[in-house]
Amino acid sequence: MPYIANTEADVREMFKTIGCDSFEQMWEKAQIKFPPPSLDTLHSGLSEYEVVRHLNELAARNATQLVNFLGAGYYDHIIPAAVGEITGRSEFYTAYTPYQPEASQGTLQAIYEYQSMICRLTGLFVANASLYDGGTALFEAMMMAGRITRRRQAVISEAVSPIFRRMIECYSSNLDIELIQVPSGTDDSAQQRLMAAITENTACVIVQYPNVFGTIEAWEEVTAHAHAKGALAVCSCYPVALAVLTPPGEMGFDIVTGEGQSIGIPLSFGGPYLGFMATTEKYMRKMPGRICGRTVDLDGKDGFVLTLQTREQHIRRASAMSNICSNESLCALTALVYLCCMGRQGLIDVAELCAAKAAFARSEILKIDGVKPVGGEAFFNEFVISLPGDAAEVVGKMIDKGFAAGFPLGRYYPDRKNQLLIAVTEKRTREEIKALANALEAVL
Amino acid sequence: MKLIFSISRSGRRGSSIPKADVPEMNAIPQRFRRKKSAELPEVSEQEVIRHFTALSRKNMGVDTNFYPLGSCTMKYNPKFHERIAALPGFAELHPLLPQLRHGGALTQGALAVIYEAERILSELLGFSACTMQPLAGAHGELAGVMLIAAYHKACKDDKRKVMLIPDAAHGTNPASAAVAGFDTVEIASDSEGNVDLEDLKKHLGPEVAGLMLTCPNTLGLFDRNVKEICRLVHEAGGLCYCDGANFNAIIGRVRPGDLGFDVMHVNLHKTFSTPHGGGGPGSGPVGVAEKLVPYLPVSRVTKRSDGTYALEYDYPDSIGYIAPFYGNFGIILRAYAYMLTLGREGFRRVSENAVLNANYIRCRLAPYYDQKYDRFSMHECVFSATRQVAKGVHALDIAKALIDRGYHPPTIYFPLIVPEALMIEPTETESKDTIDSFIEAMIEIAKMTETNPEQIQQAPVTTPVKRMDETRAARTPVVADLG
Amino acid sequence: MKYYSEDHEWVEIHGEEATIGISEYAAKQLGDITYVELPSEDDDFIVGDTLGVVESVKAASDIYSPVSGTVVMINDALEDEPNLINESPEDKGWLCKLTNIDTSELDDMMNVDAYDKYLKELS
Repeated sequence: MPYIANTEADVREMFKTIGCDSFEQMWEKAQIKFPPPSLDTLHSGLSEYEVVRHLNELAARNATQLVNFLGAGYYDHIIPAAVGEITGRSEFYTAYTPYQPEASQGTLQAIYEYQSMICRLTGLFVANASLYDGGTALFEAMMMAGRITRRRQAVISEAVSPIFRRMIECYSSNLDIELIQVPSGTDDSAQQRLMAAITENTACVIVQYPNVFGTIEAWEEVTAHAHAKGALAVCSCYPVALAVLTPPGEMGFDIVTGEGQSIGIPLSFGGPYLGFMATTEKYMRKMPGRICGRTVDLDGKDGFVLTLQTREQHIRRASAMSNICSNESLCALTALVYLCCMGRQGLIDVAELCAAKAAFARSEILKIDGVKPVGGEAFFNEFVISLPGDAAEVVGKMIDKGFAAGFPLGRYYPDRKNQLLIAVTEKRTREEIKALANALEAVL
Repeated sequence: MKLIFSISRSGRRGSSIPKADVPEMNAIPQRFRRKKSAELPEVSEQEVIRHFTALSRKNMGVDTNFYPLGSCTMKYNPKFHERIAALPGFAELHPLLPQLRHGGALTQGALAVIYEAERILSELLGFSACTMQPLAGAHGELAGVMLIAAYHKACKDDKRKVMLIPDAAHGTNPASAAVAGFDTVEIASDSEGNVDLEDLKKHLGPEVAGLMLTCPNTLGLFDRNVKEICRLVHEAGGLCYCDGANFNAIIGRVRPGDLGFDVMHVNLHKTFSTPHGGGGPGSGPVGVAEKLVPYLPVSRVTKRSDGTYALEYDYPDSIGYIAPFYGNFGIILRAYAYMLTLGREGFRRVSENAVLNANYIRCRLAPYYDQKYDRFSMHECVFSATRQVAKGVHALDIAKALIDRGYHPPTIYFPLIVPEALMIEPTETESKDTIDSFIEAMIEIAKMTETNPEQIQQAPVTTPVKRMDETRAARTPVVADLG
Repeated sequence: MKYYSEDHEWVEIHGEEATIGISEYAAKQLGDITYVELPSEDDDFIVGDTLGVVESVKAASDIYSPVSGTVVMINDALEDEPNLINESPEDKGWLCKLTNIDTSELDDMMNVDAYDKYLKELS
């Protein structure tokens, strides 16, 4: 049996100390006075080699060789090897939450640097140490706005990720919260409809930037309108895009969240990912999640601690800002190291490449007969096209040709059955994009 | 140590990115562009590596030090798990792929991992099914109490708005119940550290949705009345939630489903040996008895008669979507590897040795430290530094003195019902030799408390920083370097 | 005249106004105060409502309004100097002033002597 160090001799000696002569007697003393379960559906243990061989076989049954144009909030970006090298250091990954600051300055300083990175990208004052993912982060932002405004209504654009929206619907189902979902449409009046829905009862308006269709919008008018009604403005955003786009903090958003998978974290079939959240100084003490702060030790030496902990469950219990305890700390470290490797110019280069390649892909694909553009020219690295038939069927045919051609929107938007959402990252080459267009033409 | 921002030099690069191979189209209109670039650091790859390597050396981890942190199960994390999680066939797999037509056939390996891990876990917990989706322990608690709410709603029993929670519980229990919309009521513990049955009976009634009980409890004790507690709650029409944070104590030996619990979460980052990551990511699958199966979150992974796996969404009573996809897959994958290695016999050897190691520490330290509940313990033992406090040495001081001696401290000041608590959880992976050395250090500290308490009060002195000014951190928060 | 509650709040009446704070005992129990969440002016409270929160590094304590009334003034100084509550809990560390008070509610509170006796029983 691996991973257990006690030998039979050790066990005998320890039994003597605790006054037992068998494990069954030990259980009895511990108040477990019934027989063990048979567990007869389980197999015997395997060696490391056998487990590795089995899991290699399972890995081979996943088709990661498809040329990937699938995004919808989760993107296939380049990850430098240096990132995994650092997060693979067991001083980081085998540590617990840094509650003992003297024994955890490494993790603590990394969290502080991560928080600083998120603030610099979003244009806000304070970020937390991470939440589970983009969807839970957005729900937490909505709850936070409710605490601040003491209102129970949230106005949310349908151009926010449907994956996030259905999570918010699930979490809200037993709560006294009124969710008003405002149709996105393809015209420019979507923002007007959103503003019209904000009233004196609204806790917050929730939008996405760029939105789920890849469209970039200016939000100053909406945030100002929300503030005039006493509501907060909440935005979920794509961190890579923030290298080139106006930061949400400058557009008047009070709480900014997002899915951090795109900054250095592998797709890994849905997780672990990274929910990030930032807010203004005014609302710092209403924010959920751990926060690392800078202070000094007894000798006046600089160092870091977890701070403002009275917001959290281990102190405030039922009236905490959130129930979150474990977060995605190692993913926050991953994002931090990625952002350091990319650096100021590197992240801009990645963002520009994504946008240029997406624009190229769109113009190539729009050359195909029967394919029409949906939405305007202001998009980041993802765009929508309309096909002559059911997009889901087309995507099925494209898989047979070796492409994950995009995400058919009909799954979440019944009126967009023929529409396909295509994402392009810096990984995709001109040849792959041309091949996608050729294959698409062939299957249509 | 300097912040990464302060070693930044304009023009330095830490990565190479492919050159543009498409015409520059400048797709993003000028009016949407940020006026000033985000001030990310400009550092070389070597500087990145050196900075973070230096930071890592300011940490204690399971791989560097004995880490007997109570209620956290800081066991060894096998190294091959990390390699498996990095296999491109798993790491590069897009979560939306199986949702595309013909896409399910392309993700059979990943779906198999989720399905088979769920099946093994269900057997170990004694439940009909599990959801692997919850992303951490507290997320599992939230999912679990939402299942309880869905059950009562389906029974048209709308009055059940109260969740009972023992006073020894982790803070996440009342917090999770509150996030799910419940009011919480605290139940007292009796003089032996069990749930006070009289207090429980007093609070049961038609408004009670359920009870959240940690089993074994947070004092490291197996509540001798656990079956009776479940019976009483059921009799009153409530459901029983088991917080499985301490599942390492009973894995392979006791199945909570057999005790009468209806729903529970386990922390894969505790019992199933996935790394804690400096605070996460975790994974908190939830197991349920038959009557709660219809309410499990969607999607669910099923196995067809031809042996292939599929994602199913057609569960009309489901509570809905609690995670973006199928859970923290990378964590589930590591836990699956661990389950396969342990096998039927291995699980029970885990709990046997975890309980043995904890009781060995308890018996050897009993002459030196007080115990509020002098009982045979499970996988962790709780001392109370009351004897040391008389000399001016608090649990916090003992914790810091342990750091100087090369040990990560136990959990301190929890459970809240034990004054000056020191909660020690050695886990099964530590050797008797390591445990003996730790015991010697604890005894030495106890003795020094008598002779030289000042030295304990001044600890730690060997660390990169001494005790931190936490009051200053909270009064005038400095929480980011904005550049 | 000063009155104390069992939750360790104090009330001092000056004409139409009631000044509210926490007792020296409560301040000592909490340790170094790091933050005070105060009500807004014009907020109405009935006796027993949560008026604000006093926080230390490891604790957050709700302050229950010992009397009903409307907030007319808050102690702004606490925003930058929460330690005033430690240094001068029953004077400079006051929290807020209420008006529209119902003096009959004071009958349920303790005077200094009764409060001192109450504290002795606690310890």
